[in-house]
Amino acid sequence: MSLLDAENVTRFYGEFEPCGDCVDLTGPTHGRNQCPDCGTVVGCADVDLDVERGEVLGIVGESGSGKSSLAEMLALDLAATAGNVEFASYDGNLLDANYEERVDLRNTNVGMVHQHVRDGLNLEFTGGGNVAESLLAAGWRNFDEIRARVRDLFEETEVPVDRMDDPTDTYSGGMQRRVQIAKAIANDPELVILDEPTTGLDVSVQARVLDMFRRIQREQDVATIVVSHDLGVVRLLADRTVVMRHGRVIESGLTDRVMEDPQREYTQTLINSVI
Amino acid sequence: MTDQTQMHETSPTTEATDNEQQESATTPTGVSDLLSESGAGMAGYNYAYLDEHTKREVRRGVLKAISLPGHQVPFASREMPLARGWGTGGIQASLSLLGPADTFKVIDQGSDESVNAANIRRLAKTTADVETTTDTTEASVIQTRHRIPEEVLTDEQILVLQVPTTDALRRVDGSDDANRRRHAHKNYSKMWVALYENVVKWDEIQISARYPAMVNGRYLMDPSPIPRWDTTKLNDADSLFLFAAGREARIYAVPPHTDVEPLAFEDRSFQVERFDESCHRCGSTDTYLTEVTGDDGVTRYACNDASFCEKRAEHPDLSKDHHLDEDDVAWGPETPDPILSDETGGEDA
Repeated sequence: MSLLDAENVTRFYGEFEPCGDCVDLTGPTHGRNQCPDCGTVVGCADVDLDVERGEVLGIVGESGSGKSSLAEMLALDLAATAGNVEFASYDGNLLDANYEERVDLRNTNVGMVHQHVRDGLNLEFTGGGNVAESLLAAGWRNFDEIRARVRDLFEETEVPVDRMDDPTDTYSGGMQRRVQIAKAIANDPELVILDEPTTGLDVSVQARVLDMFRRIQREQDVATIVVSHDLGVVRLLADRTVVMRHGRVIESGLTDRVMEDPQREYTQTLINSVI
Repeated sequence: MTDQTQMHETSPTTEATDNEQQESATTPTGVSDLLSESGAGMAGYNYAYLDEHTKREVRRGVLKAISLPGHQVPFASREMPLARGWGTGGIQASLSLLGPADTFKVIDQGSDESVNAANIRRLAKTTADVETTTDTTEASVIQTRHRIPEEVLTDEQILVLQVPTTDALRRVDGSDDANRRRHAHKNYSKMWVALYENVVKWDEIQISARYPAMVNGRYLMDPSPIPRWDTTKLNDADSLFLFAAGREARIYAVPPHTDVEPLAFEDRSFQVERFDESCHRCGSTDTYLTEVTGDDGVTRYACNDASFCEKRAEHPDLSKDHHLDEDDVAWGPETPDPILSDETGGEDA
């Protein structure tokens, strides 16, 4: 069995009661993601995907294509409207996990790197404290061991170890991204989800953060889902790629195949429009 | 807490005196007129000042708090005739528990004689018709602020602690909403990060009072601003500890023989205060000492628990469990203080 097997993952937004035909009336064929009958916005619908152990799956698509909704649901941050997700370390449908199970899974099995630093880090804590929080939440109670592990993780993610006891809001954007990665991998999770890992970083820092993550990913063989609108990021990291539009997966395949020989018109446009 | 059949009686002022005073009630001409009337002030007040509904409400809160050790139980805190923050929670809890057979003691920062302690004691004496005492071993209900007595409490005694801040997590997050969710899910990692950062900065945990403690392995509790010295007394004690906060309208409890564990790392253990000196009055080396600056400008160390200090001054060898049948009852930090005894032992040798 693969590490993660998702079927029919669906998420609706909106204040109206869904009319029941929302999924049929939206999507790429209709060119919209808002149901014309009831006004429900279909964030994503009928998404099927699977991730093998040690594999990197890329999710690309334009803004509003539903890729972040999908990532947040898989990272247990967002409740799903429908769907079934089998996850190796969880018995049952991952989307039905209760709060406590979600906290446990997030502490030990699933690491998330958020697009916005504030969602992932407490900026008043020190950088080291943020990483230590993952360890403490997983039950580490020996100060020297925690300290040593945090130092290792800082070295691993190439954050200056001398800065580990400074407040996180004094860190540069790149360092904050690295601290988030350090925190996400602190408890050796089986799956890491990166939501727009390079947004807001300048190009040279982007390259170094991606290099660093690619090295860690290979060394630790951790399965990863990379969500990005940036095809370069996905091309660099992902083994397989799915392309999303209007909340649906419109194309999927090996990254090289999708990039070099896109089948769908939208994918072709997307790839050709890289500046 | 004992004979509650008398609770519905009003105070013992007779009708005769009542009538007399109403007849002579003219415009007061001086302070003495006003003072003479103050004696009749209790007429119309219920036994133990609070009305019966309030007392039942508080007792309900107390019972629920005992069933959920360390959990903050809301209760309908009433306006009291003194400002919130002056022990209104403690007073409501005490007055709801007291019966005529009780003996009541009030401690304020270790002292029986502070204005606040004396007034609370007098309120209970006047309205609840209880005996009052300053002797810890004689009291059945003890209301206290900032201290747990040095003498071992028994299963016949209830300690009511006045609580200014109910939630230990407020140190790390000002949002009670978020903190309640954390308590519900036993999610205390943010508190642990604060302790981690404390050790990073100071190489030890620098919390002097209100030291957070896990109760019964479930709820993180703020033990009210008692010094670290007293925190270990909460663990596996014979007595019942009630924590009442009037302003925040919360009651919580540590029932007898409950595990109370101060948060600490495996390799940075919980430390109590250590004193290099002994009490200048009674010579104790195994009590919590505070600095006292005398009229001569000299700063000395003195026992914080004034009533025990007095006993010790008369009987220097009096143990903290002198009133019990057993010996060497565990009560707070090790007795006598190992560090201080080691040093004196070394000098003697």
